[in-house]
Amino acid sequence: MDNAYLADLSGAKKKFGSIVALDGLDLQVRPGELFAVLGPNGAGKTTAISLLLGLQQPDAGTARLFGKSPQLVETRRQIGVMMQEAALAPELRVREQIDLVASYYPVPLTPEAAMELTHTTALADRPYGKLSGGQKRQVQFAMAIVGQPKLLFLDEPTVGLDVQARELLWVTLRKLVNNGASIVLTTHYLEEAEALADRVAVLAKGRVLASGTVNEIRSLVVRKRINCSTTLTVEEVAAWPEVENATAVKQRLLITVNNAESVLRRLLAADQNLREVEVRSAGLAEAFVELTQENKV
Amino acid sequence: MSAISAQLPNQLADSAVMPTKRLLRAYFTEAKYETLRMFRTPAFAIPFLGLPVLLYLLFAVAIFGAAIRNDLNAGLFMFAAFALFGVMGPGIFGFGMLVANEREHGLLTLKRALPMPPPAYLVAKLLMAVMFAAIVMATMFAVMPLGHLHFSFAQFFALAAVGIFGALPFCAIGLFIGVRATSRSAPAFVNIIYQLMMHASGLFYPLPKFLRAIAPVWPTYHLQQLFFRVVGVPSQGSAIIHIAVLTGVTLLLSFFAMHRLASKG
Repeated sequence: MDNAYLADLSGAKKKFGSIVALDGLDLQVRPGELFAVLGPNGAGKTTAISLLLGLQQPDAGTARLFGKSPQLVETRRQIGVMMQEAALAPELRVREQIDLVASYYPVPLTPEAAMELTHTTALADRPYGKLSGGQKRQVQFAMAIVGQPKLLFLDEPTVGLDVQARELLWVTLRKLVNNGASIVLTTHYLEEAEALADRVAVLAKGRVLASGTVNEIRSLVVRKRINCSTTLTVEEVAAWPEVENATAVKQRLLITVNNAESVLRRLLAADQNLREVEVRSAGLAEAFVELTQENKV
Repeated sequence: MSAISAQLPNQLADSAVMPTKRLLRAYFTEAKYETLRMFRTPAFAIPFLGLPVLLYLLFAVAIFGAAIRNDLNAGLFMFAAFALFGVMGPGIFGFGMLVANEREHGLLTLKRALPMPPPAYLVAKLLMAVMFAAIVMATMFAVMPLGHLHFSFAQFFALAAVGIFGALPFCAIGLFIGVRATSRSAPAFVNIIYQLMMHASGLFYPLPKFLRAIAPVWPTYHLQQLFFRVVGVPSQGSAIIHIAVLTGVTLLLSFFAMHRLASKG
């Protein structure tokens, strides 16, 4: 067990009845990083987090937090948690919810400071049950950070947030990382991982398909996109052997290729009127779709 | 954004060690908010805090007041009935329905993931139920003179103890239901047990002979007998056995419930 990892899942297996949720999963979180866990529904993201939080035990393999069992409350005093589904007491006011969670930690922020950091000060005296879905998520975020944890687990933190609230949350996450905290984030939003993550793991069927920096994941997918205005027809271009796929979009041609340079040469030679050429690497979204599809998820 | 960095301390807390003072504060805070939320739920607070005393005033003062004036034991019987009725409710409902709900809707999972001291969840609910029982006993004592009842100091404290500690077995029964039932079935189970315990134990009226034989299976019966002993109404069985049964029910059901809670959540 390497204590350099804040959270460490090694060869973790977990079955629910006949369903394999985790199939020998390895995940390691290093100090000071924002680590995004991506994957389609049922990939095992939430199960992986549950093992690291000590909510469930792996059938095989190990789950460690700060080199120790996550089931020890001492270990968990160094983490903050925001879960996907948690119906908090609707009768308690926002400040009270945050105060309650703060009481679990040795050196917490004041509820006021946590609310200021998460832009929820205006909600302080509102009963939790009267908040909108997005406001509830913001309050849960305040509860996750109030203990000044070294490691934050955020399960789909921005689901239900409007664009502005999401941007504010991102800014706070960056500040927390700059201040030395580490963050594990599961998300459906690829742009969230792209915008925030130092490292990404793509999960499918309870295994890690790929992990690395956003750029590394992206480069696993060699395909490029050429977007151009041309007099050539879709059928002509699609027939070229180097072209994987071609579609016409509003009198422009969108061509997916493995070798952009050779297709570009051929385009330029075939069409003297070729205009507005753009070549783009696949984004994380394309990489994600491709990685998970190749594994027939 | 400089405002944000200004609020963050330069270094993150480097210790996972919780000073005893803060640990106690965690328990206190959990209990405080558990009690507060129940006070803020009128559907919970009003019936459990208000009904016992209202029903006592209705039956023992308004309707049967004249009859009871001449029959001290009847007056004490009614006092015991409504006081114990009040003591049962918060424990069995507070644990039974809330635990089932909080298990199912993720609150308990979140608390298990957070560094909440593990016993704090149950201790908070227990203190809430005991606090409600204490309030019920206090209001019953307050209206006691209207029912022409007078207790000695010793009786007063003994009754308060019976009422307050008497809430514990009902907490355990509620907890046992709460860890096994779904949030939809819990109200049904809680109500069935609650009604059975009230009506099949002889709490409100003397039972026919065939029911009297099985009354001792209900904790309410034992609590009622203890109550009778304190105030000098003829009672059945020995106090030691009553206390042993109530303690046994509390410990046994809590043990099974907590075991299941720890292993399955």
